[in-house]
Amino acid sequence: MILVLLILIPLLTGILSFSINGNGAKNLALLSTLATLVLSVCLSCTAGTESSYFNVPWIPNLGTSFSLIGDGMSSMLCLMTGIVMLVVMIVNRNKEVEKPGSFYGLMLLAQAGLMGVFLAYDALVFYVFWELALIPVYFLCSQWGGEKRIPATFKFFVYTFVGSLMMLAGLIYLSTQTPGINSYSWPSIAHAGASLAPAQQVWLFCLIFVAFAIKMPIFPFHTWQPDTYEQSPTPVTIILSALMVKMGMFGVLRWLFPVLPAGVAYWGNTVVVLSIIGIIYASLIAIVQTDIKRLLAYSSIAHMGLMCAAAFSPSNTGIHGIMVQMFNHGINITGMWVIVSMIENRWGTRDMTKMGGMATSAPQMAIALLIISFASIGLPLTNGFVGEFMLFTGLFQSASIYHIGFMVVAALGVILGAVYTLNMVQKVAYGNTREQVINKDLAVNEYIGLAIIIAIIIFLGVYPKPLLDLTAGVVNTLVH
Amino acid sequence: MKAIIAATILGIVMMFAGLQMKNKSSVVTLAIVLAFLLLGVNIWDLVTTPATAPVGYFNNMLRIDRYALWFSTLMTGVTVLYTLLVGKEIQKVGLHVAEYFALIFFILCGVYILSCYNNMLMLFLGIEILSIPQYILAGSDKKNLKSSEASLKYFLMGAFSTGILLMGITLLYGATGSFNIVAYSFLQSDALNPLALGGIIFVMIALGFKVSAAPMHMWTPDVYDGSPTPFTAFMATVVKASAFFAFIRLFQISFGSISSQWTIVLSVITAATLLIGNLTAVFQQSVKRMLSYSSIAQAGFMLFAVLAVNAVAWQGIIIYAVAYSIATIGIFTVLMKLKDYTYDGFNGLAKKEPLLAFVTTIFLFSLAGIPLTGGFMAKYYVIQAVMLQGQLLWLVIFGLLMAAISVYYYFRVIIAMYFKEGNADLHAPVTQGEKVLLVITCGLVILIGIFPQLILINI
Repeated sequence: MILVLLILIPLLTGILSFSINGNGAKNLALLSTLATLVLSVCLSCTAGTESSYFNVPWIPNLGTSFSLIGDGMSSMLCLMTGIVMLVVMIVNRNKEVEKPGSFYGLMLLAQAGLMGVFLAYDALVFYVFWELALIPVYFLCSQWGGEKRIPATFKFFVYTFVGSLMMLAGLIYLSTQTPGINSYSWPSIAHAGASLAPAQQVWLFCLIFVAFAIKMPIFPFHTWQPDTYEQSPTPVTIILSALMVKMGMFGVLRWLFPVLPAGVAYWGNTVVVLSIIGIIYASLIAIVQTDIKRLLAYSSIAHMGLMCAAAFSPSNTGIHGIMVQMFNHGINITGMWVIVSMIENRWGTRDMTKMGGMATSAPQMAIALLIISFASIGLPLTNGFVGEFMLFTGLFQSASIYHIGFMVVAALGVILGAVYTLNMVQKVAYGNTREQVINKDLAVNEYIGLAIIIAIIIFLGVYPKPLLDLTAGVVNTLVH
Repeated sequence: MKAIIAATILGIVMMFAGLQMKNKSSVVTLAIVLAFLLLGVNIWDLVTTPATAPVGYFNNMLRIDRYALWFSTLMTGVTVLYTLLVGKEIQKVGLHVAEYFALIFFILCGVYILSCYNNMLMLFLGIEILSIPQYILAGSDKKNLKSSEASLKYFLMGAFSTGILLMGITLLYGATGSFNIVAYSFLQSDALNPLALGGIIFVMIALGFKVSAAPMHMWTPDVYDGSPTPFTAFMATVVKASAFFAFIRLFQISFGSISSQWTIVLSVITAATLLIGNLTAVFQQSVKRMLSYSSIAQAGFMLFAVLAVNAVAWQGIIIYAVAYSIATIGIFTVLMKLKDYTYDGFNGLAKKEPLLAFVTTIFLFSLAGIPLTGGFMAKYYVIQAVMLQGQLLWLVIFGLLMAAISVYYYFRVIIAMYFKEGNADLHAPVTQGEKVLLVITCGLVILIGIFPQLILINI
């Protein structure tokens, strides 16, 4: 029942929110995200040991039923979604948006879609939610975004839509291959896919992977991403970069690895090479960016690239590392975006060259920025370290003959990551104090939001066991 | 069978009512009542005809099976919705309102014949009954040069395709000695008479004209654009859908066993239809013209169902017909409210009429095939039908790429409505009744998208 509520609460409150105006919408959104977070915590408490299921028939003659699963991976991602959405709602409390009812309504609908994607245990349900998460985000970006929002988000929409249609073709094909009457349930899809001839798996992999690669995004499918991140309003950028990119990674782990093992084996090295090119390429571009939002957008490509590289050179530690890193990346990048939006708010620009001296004018903010940047680089005692360490161990342990080469080149990305992140910190927080539009340190709500993020960063950096335990069971089923 | 008779009688009643009733709006009310009556007759037919065994009439020239009955009922239902939504606009087209409705009833008679024909002569008759009223409707805005052009163009092309159809029927008769479509199912792939093959191709081309499949689509944009908008809405939906039903009926029942002979030709036609429809729609500036090209593009998807010879294809064509018709009628209803038919005419509609913009968005989502709308399920069924066929995976992928292109032109309307500044001039403020009807239509689109089995309940 928790599983259904996790989708229903944001869905219903989201629809309700359209009819409310002013602060009511904000309060409703806050309450709704709080309720979802509590539920996902409840789910995560039990999911490490046993998965919960939900199943009702939906369209019997298509062999699809509305079935959900709450295993370690799903509940971890739901938990992350819950935390991120709550932080977004908290830090946005003192900001005014035009038409708050629609804005928060769409945000909640996007959350419902995301929850559905993470919980789906039926391929068609998965596809439906996959699209449903996209549509509110499209409207959010186009309505409340920056100057060039319409072409940017349109590109984003068409790009991801092409990907999902290809995936749909793949899923329909798989369902026709299930024994007996067609079925979309995860076990029968996985069984049908795994028993296909390798040659078929190879092209099916292309169809399905395109959708995930665009969502993550993997080089060379990333071109929609920097523009969209830049043009979106910050709360939406958080949804995009902290949550929606995880849909891609999650899709790979749940709907690709067990389903098309031979396809994964065939394309594995190619994908790893692409991911590593993406890491280096995105890092190099990030170094020369002056716009902080674009810098973070490229850094996100690099981080996802590392996760994808580890995913396609499978090893127990690597996959486990992805689980941890999906969560951590979500938390860290949220913190980054929150601070970036505050910076933009205080200086009135996102150009790094026009900023400086935050450490003197707003010391609390500067400290938060520093801690989150360290986590994002992966310094020890932050959560980023745990994840990245496991990813590199995984890359190193993988069976591929190029594994050392992969690891070495990918590790360059970490150094480059330190270069652009610290450069950004240095330019924003230190140096000459530049004039600000609003000279103000953290407001109470911003303080609370960042405190949640930093607490998680340090807690998981010192004691990552809860997260590791939660996902251990899933890792075992994925690797074997 | 009762429905065919009822449609004819009601058409004649409607014509004479025009002589008696001088008030236009009472004519429309009468038409709505009669449409409901016709729906009732259809349901009566549905209830009284045994679901399992088909019933033959006129020496088996018509053969009413469950697909035929259900399709007729659904199409009548769509027509009822159409008269409710568009009836008021039909008043504005010209003087002879009663006649327009009479012609619509005659078209429905053609629809019923096409859904249950069992003989090539009946196919011919059905297509003519379907087409001739349309030639008149296309030209009903007599003072408008474009309308006359549309009518003439439609008539000439229609007559031409009828000739081709007759030629095809003749060749098939020569090959098999029969007009009965079941007789053709004994044709053997390995010993196929060239006459029969020629006949199949001719019939395919003629039906391709009717469903506006490329390269026989040339008439469509001009006719749809030139005809008065209320009638375009009808032509592009109910009429097209029933031509498709006739198409699939013939190619499944008669030529299903020799599908290897014609699959390649038809799949090329399908690909061309998708390509031309979608690519040309991208470049249109007028939403009405865009919708005509989009109707070509959607025809490409409906051809998927003809290509796939299996039970899913039947379900697919029925869902597609209904989902596509409802959404298209909905969009045309909104379009008729606007003064300016270009994309710019939609600018700022969301601010002025939020509800209108919202329902239009849902209709466009449905046409684009976004999940939880009827259009998604429709596309899903036809794609699955082709998928089950094997062999044609390239066409599926091509079709899906084209569907992605279609997002471009459908979303332009959404962008105009929501994200552009403008005034979206309306002819008249939208009344409460119209709003309720549009919301119901919109609800139907979503309902089909969530529970498509409701449409397939009877088959």
